[in-house]
Amino acid sequence: MTLNEQQDEIIEEFSIFDDWMDKYNYLIELSKDLPAIDPKHKTQQYLIEGCQSKVWLFADLDGEVIKFYADSDAIITKGIAALLVRVLNGQKPADILNNELYFLDKIGLQQNLSPTRSNGLLAMVKQMKLYAMAYHAKLGS
Amino acid sequence: MPNLDIQKIRKDFPILNQQVYNKPLVYFDNGATTQKPLCVINEEIKIYSHENSNIHRGVHYLSEQLTQRYEDARKVVQKFIKASYDHEVIFTSGTTESINTIAFSFGEKYVNEGDEIIISTLEHHANIVPWQMLCERKKAILKVIPINEKGELLLDEYKKLISPKTKIVAVNQVSNALGTVNDVKTMIDIAHQTNIPVLIDGAQSVQHGKIDVQELDCDFYVFSGHKVYGPNGIGVLYGKEKWLNEMPPFMTGGEMIKKVTFGKTTFNELPFKFEAGTPNYVSAIGLATAIYYIQQLGLENIASYEKELLDYGTKKLQSIDGLKVIGTSENKVSVISFILENIHHFDAGMVIDKMGIAVRTGHHCAEPLMDRLNVEGTIRASFSFYNTKEEIDKLYEAILTVKQMFG
Repeated sequence: MTLNEQQDEIIEEFSIFDDWMDKYNYLIELSKDLPAIDPKHKTQQYLIEGCQSKVWLFADLDGEVIKFYADSDAIITKGIAALLVRVLNGQKPADILNNELYFLDKIGLQQNLSPTRSNGLLAMVKQMKLYAMAYHAKLGS
Repeated sequence: MPNLDIQKIRKDFPILNQQVYNKPLVYFDNGATTQKPLCVINEEIKIYSHENSNIHRGVHYLSEQLTQRYEDARKVVQKFIKASYDHEVIFTSGTTESINTIAFSFGEKYVNEGDEIIISTLEHHANIVPWQMLCERKKAILKVIPINEKGELLLDEYKKLISPKTKIVAVNQVSNALGTVNDVKTMIDIAHQTNIPVLIDGAQSVQHGKIDVQELDCDFYVFSGHKVYGPNGIGVLYGKEKWLNEMPPFMTGGEMIKKVTFGKTTFNELPFKFEAGTPNYVSAIGLATAIYYIQQLGLENIASYEKELLDYGTKKLQSIDGLKVIGTSENKVSVISFILENIHHFDAGMVIDKMGIAVRTGHHCAEPLMDRLNVEGTIRASFSFYNTKEEIDKLYEAILTVKQMFG
């Protein structure tokens, strides 16, 4: 599935919710499905510190695509992290760099990426793009 | 029965009458900022519509009129905090600027290598970092008064920290994160036994009851306008005349100058010496209007009604299984900081928000305090006189929902 197909699928899934609590309950479910990050990557080195919640992020190259691993100490943050991982996981670095992430806006969670929210998610997206840049350079060389 | 007609008061605050996420707004983030009564909003509109002009400069009508109103606002603040003279009241942009001004100016004059400055574990970052920076500049040492498990300062430990090297004590009167009311009168008396000046951060106390800087005998007292129902961008630095006269200016330029030549500049007298640039005269007048408003309600009435809300809220919230109140001093303002067992404060805050209730979550700009209490952060509900017990019931229900979702 392409990156945008993943985004569209998530938008489709969220379209059935008209209540915030339903959305949050779904995020809670998604947080449980996020594959656990290797404990050796749940360290200070991979920590993205928000003011409100913490996010750990690790990425590895698997052939031509990137594998992302994430975790958070807050469940809703972890649920959103799970969505980001789902969209960007298994994608080529170039695709990650060249595509806009529009799904969070469409499902009403864009506010979670505002700089004042400081839950670590904005920094997580930046860090995911940085990983993509680094692996893109590595693949190109 | 309270002496305040809460439903009538609520009509003075247009912002309260609205729905968020299709639910009636419950505003419990008064510790972060208080809402503004119509009289304050209208005052600012009136100034910009009919009276605006730069003050202290022009000889023309508008400038003279507004200069007078700005100086009258200073007198309102003087009477509000019971300062001896109006020139002891300096207008700043807020508590943070007030503390930075003192830390810089007092520090320049009196603090040297090896000297000590005392603050407390309960401080907001704004009353930590300026002193830390000063200590770095001057190679001075920062000493911190510890607290007990209830979130109260340990006065015996405080006494032990005072030494011949101590140059100033800077503490808050009320903890922003926990609501603890500190016995600052005793702390000031202790410091004054050896002539050590004391700065009181009143950002979280002026809105909850009467302040008398002469009775306290504090050397400096600072607070923000926006936390006392006034406009944003205005604050107060009260200082005893003798200190303010001796201290050098912090910022320079504008009204604070008496005479400038390229060789030498002489500074204006108090209070102008500390008010460089065009002051925020609109907000200063708005602050005076806010002070007048709460004085009309009666500061004692406010304190007693808020105490009623605090007692009701504490009892109600504590009945929730797994909820732990952080900061359990007998002497508190209407702030309840709490955590929920095994539930992250951010998750709780996200859900409470969607129920239309505004609370603050996180470390409340008091990270060292959170470290000391061994919590990552708390959920803080801070009540004002325009809040009601019914609103507290809604918070209670919201917390039950949070527990159901994340428990």
